Amino acid sequence: MDTFVQQLINGLTIGSIYALIALGYTMVYGILRLINFAHGDIYMVGAYAGWMIALAMGFRPESPEPSVIGFVVTLGGSMVIAAGIGVAIERFAYRPVRKFSKMTTLITAIGMSLLIENLAVFVFGGTPKSFPQLLPNDNITLFGNATISTSQILIFIVGILLMVLLQWIIFKTKIGKAMRAVSWNITSAKLMGINTNFVIAFTFALGSALAAAGGVLTAQYNPKIEPLMGIITGLKAFVAAVLGGIGNIPGAVLGGLLIGAAETLVVGYGSYIGIPSTYRDAVAFAILILVLLVRPAGLLGSNVQEKV
Amino acid sequence: MTRAFLTFALILSICTSFACVQKGGNEAASNTGDTIKVGVYADLTGQTSSFGQSTKNGIELAVEEINNAGGVNGKKIELIVEDDQGRPEQAKTVVSKLINQDKVQAVLGEVASTNSLAAAPVAQEAKIPMITPSSTNPKVTEVGDYISRVCFIDPFQGSVMAKFAANTLKAKTAAILGDVNSDYSKGLTQFFEEEFTKLGGKVVAKEAYTQNDPDFKGQLTKIRNLNPDVIYIPGYYGQVGIIAKQARELDMNMPLLGGDGWDSPELWKLGGAALKNTYISNHYSAENPAPEIQNFVKAYKAKYNVDPDSLAALAYDAAKVLADAIKRAGGTDSAKLKDAINSTSNFPGVTGRITIDASRNAVKPAVVLELDPAAGKFKYKETIAPEGSASSTGMMNSNSNTNSMMSNSNSTGMSSSNMNSSVNSNASGMSNSSTSVNSNTTK
Amino acid sequence: MSSLLKSIIIGAVLIAVLYFINAMMSSTGFFGIGIDDYQSRLLVFICINIILATSLNLINGFTGQFSIGHAGFMAVGAYSSAYFSVTYGKGIEASLAGLGPSVAAGVVLLFAVVIGAVVAAIAGLIVGIPSLRLKGDYLAIVTLGFAEIIRIVILNIDAVGGATGYQVPGYANFLWIGIFTIITVVVIHNIVKSNVGRALISIREDELAAEAMGVNTTRYKVTSFVIGSAFAGIAGVLFAHYNKFLSTNDFQFIKSFEIIIMIVIGGMGSMTGAILGAIIVTLLPELLRGLPDLQVGATVFRFADLRLVIFALILILTMILRPQGILGTAEIGSFFKRFRRADKPTGGLK
Repeated sequence: MDTFVQQLINGLTIGSIYALIALGYTMVYGILRLINFAHGDIYMVGAYAGWMIALAMGFRPESPEPSVIGFVVTLGGSMVIAAGIGVAIERFAYRPVRKFSKMTTLITAIGMSLLIENLAVFVFGGTPKSFPQLLPNDNITLFGNATISTSQILIFIVGILLMVLLQWIIFKTKIGKAMRAVSWNITSAKLMGINTNFVIAFTFALGSALAAAGGVLTAQYNPKIEPLMGIITGLKAFVAAVLGGIGNIPGAVLGGLLIGAAETLVVGYGSYIGIPSTYRDAVAFAILILVLLVRPAGLLGSNVQEKV
Repeated sequence: MTRAFLTFALILSICTSFACVQKGGNEAASNTGDTIKVGVYADLTGQTSSFGQSTKNGIELAVEEINNAGGVNGKKIELIVEDDQGRPEQAKTVVSKLINQDKVQAVLGEVASTNSLAAAPVAQEAKIPMITPSSTNPKVTEVGDYISRVCFIDPFQGSVMAKFAANTLKAKTAAILGDVNSDYSKGLTQFFEEEFTKLGGKVVAKEAYTQNDPDFKGQLTKIRNLNPDVIYIPGYYGQVGIIAKQARELDMNMPLLGGDGWDSPELWKLGGAALKNTYISNHYSAENPAPEIQNFVKAYKAKYNVDPDSLAALAYDAAKVLADAIKRAGGTDSAKLKDAINSTSNFPGVTGRITIDASRNAVKPAVVLELDPAAGKFKYKETIAPEGSASSTGMMNSNSNTNSMMSNSNSTGMSSSNMNSSVNSNASGMSNSSTSVNSNTTK
Repeated sequence: MSSLLKSIIIGAVLIAVLYFINAMMSSTGFFGIGIDDYQSRLLVFICINIILATSLNLINGFTGQFSIGHAGFMAVGAYSSAYFSVTYGKGIEASLAGLGPSVAAGVVLLFAVVIGAVVAAIAGLIVGIPSLRLKGDYLAIVTLGFAEIIRIVILNIDAVGGATGYQVPGYANFLWIGIFTIITVVVIHNIVKSNVGRALISIREDELAAEAMGVNTTRYKVTSFVIGSAFAGIAGVLFAHYNKFLSTNDFQFIKSFEIIIMIVIGGMGSMTGAILGAIIVTLLPELLRGLPDLQVGATVFRFADLRLVIFALILILTMILRPQGILGTAEIGSFFKRFRRADKPTGGLK
């Protein structure tokens, strides 16, 4: 039992990181119908930005000295930087192709992703960097053998806080209302006097900031950061967004947690049903395919007939 | 349609006519010119770019030193470095480019055995010697007599740790946590398991991760339930530091074992205090006071502002072995150069005395190091010689009967520095047979 | 001139060109003149990429479906045929030794191509039937997912080398690869020009309207998917037997993306566009290797390491400045046609 709980905790930790990144995917898709492949790389950029801020503040990975203020500054700083980069990407790459076909925008997104990755390899080098531990990392024994580390608790708490904040922005603020309007119909929204370009830029800023938060939080849990860390994690986060019903905020969170838990449970128990742990990366995709075949709009998505 | 095809034929012909070269003229070019061209292929931009960049740095440092000392036979070495993105298909293309377009006289690379295996046949067919610094799969040098290496092969390194676990740590059960995508990891897993089982142990779990996994607790939790005496983690430092950390977070305090892939200054930052009670097999230790090792570490740090990892050290040695062979061959005639490389014997590299054996693998003893996270250093534990190799006896030296082993001071001095002094101290009967464990520790 | 005679003459010319190039690739060259191994590899990869691009173009460009997992089918074809060649190749060669080594190798290759194409087609069918219920981005992500699953499954099969890679006998040479490239282009061109092709294009233009006109859209979508997969499988077979080495690292999703980039750069829904795209995507990163180093003080900037950055930039700029690709849906030939039409006297009463 305690093993199962332990595996569940492990799975939900990683799941909440997927969820944070999935939120960005789902918002951008909800508004622009664009799979922003570069989003996973923003997660990486956020982690590197946090790393540079933490080093600049004098924190060193080899001598951890916990500091809540340092953590808040690092988290906030990296979110701001990532938001800026997200807006710049939207302005210079996506906006010019917005009116073109889906394939064109998708290729632009893929090109953007390749650009960020290769630029990061060139600038930072391929060698993994270690992120300083900014928060105390102790073990708390829940019961029996099941333990949870403070960094895991932190990921949960900050993750939930950010998701609640996002929900509040979207449903209780004016800009949130505008975002919802744009996601329904961009032309009508424009006719209603909404500055759609601003709303879209704001969406990118919000999504990128969340991805950066995911990057910094992950780095507190797993301090290794490297230029290509966003590819697989980003892809799985995207799968999580589709799984939950793309464009649907609670769906993205649900999808992220589900994928994280499923992966870990397959690692832990898959061998009893004939799936070795080496198939871990295939699990996310297999679940996605199965769910989409039964519910083509995802778990929480509403099935809207495509317009003709 | 017609026109499309004729256009296609035309384009093909034009491409081809641009590419035309005089066949048969290739060989004449090789010995002329006032530089010796050496090609390097490495992953500089892909998933394993950290390995490729270390390798490139190590080779460039070695070549700089050689050229500053006047070059080889009066000629400077000119490096041509190409990126293969960590893709075997690209590795093959790039080696073909180096050989055919740049007319290099020798090739150095790759780290991943998969990439070396893809590219080695090109070098073999063109009869251009290739030395791989760190491809450990036995198959790589089986490609042909122009391919050799300066690192351990998987069977040796895997069994070294199995012996250490079974004989020194007295482990009865072991779990293995390896990288499913890495050929290196799979090789070590296989040979560790074989040897450990042979020595009466039992491998209770074989789990796998992939390089980009952000989390390893799932696998570790599963292993925790089986409670093995040791966990063998044949991976690279980027992952193992985190694995160690997460294992300790799960209250798993058994010894963790690893290989030379762990050796990197970054490991201490990633793993921190979790690296207590861990042991690795390695060629050398950066803390070794032997002059050639210290000079290498110092020069590397001065040039790149980081400590070298084992891949950089191996790459450095590969370049030095090549330069030494060119000197002995008196030029770059490919057959002579190949023979010179393959007859390398007792070459004093930073990763140990390198002797290339009949199957073109480097024979050198492995050292087992204990990690000391408090000091950020490796402590020497013991030396394990390759089986059935006569040459190794001479390399292992002195330290068996001096009791100065507690510090790292003597660590791999054994394998590289004290060659001269080893002659007299060998009388103590250490490794009378060519075998196995030779535990020098007082612990 | 009858069209049959015309085709025969064109075929003969093409095969002669391929034969001469193939002869130049051999170690002795063609009367001492030849092209080296590196350039040969690039020519071969151009051909293999043309097969991949035109076959994906059938699915994405002509049928309007959104598949981004083409490398998965290539991997299926490559590994299944390689397993066949490794297991039975020697035996077949030995039994055909009387016909000469090149004929025997060709026969084994033909078997391998058939096996690779059939297995990839079956994989395409298995993936296609359920996935093609989905549309647009959902279909895209499912095909990507299937390609990754295929790769991970292959990675876990030790009989085909696992992580180490798989050594394959080299039965394919440029002549064979060139012939299969031409066959692919002809077959796909004819499909597109046939009534099947018109049905496919009608699905691309408007699926509901097509269905209303009595086009069995599901059947045609699956058909185009299966045919596309089969040709991707053939490309995989040729790659395996030319490269002589297979590793799952060569079939990651970046490979699928590369194939997409080929058809998008060239122009979706254009045969010649796909061919042009294949040539550009193969050659451009190689040409960028020639970028010079820049030395500033003690540090050396290797611009060659920036070549993938430059490649990505070119890709983004192409999309912004010419979103329909270089050719759009036009063909290279149609430009000539336009000029020719202009030459004709157009006067007279209408």
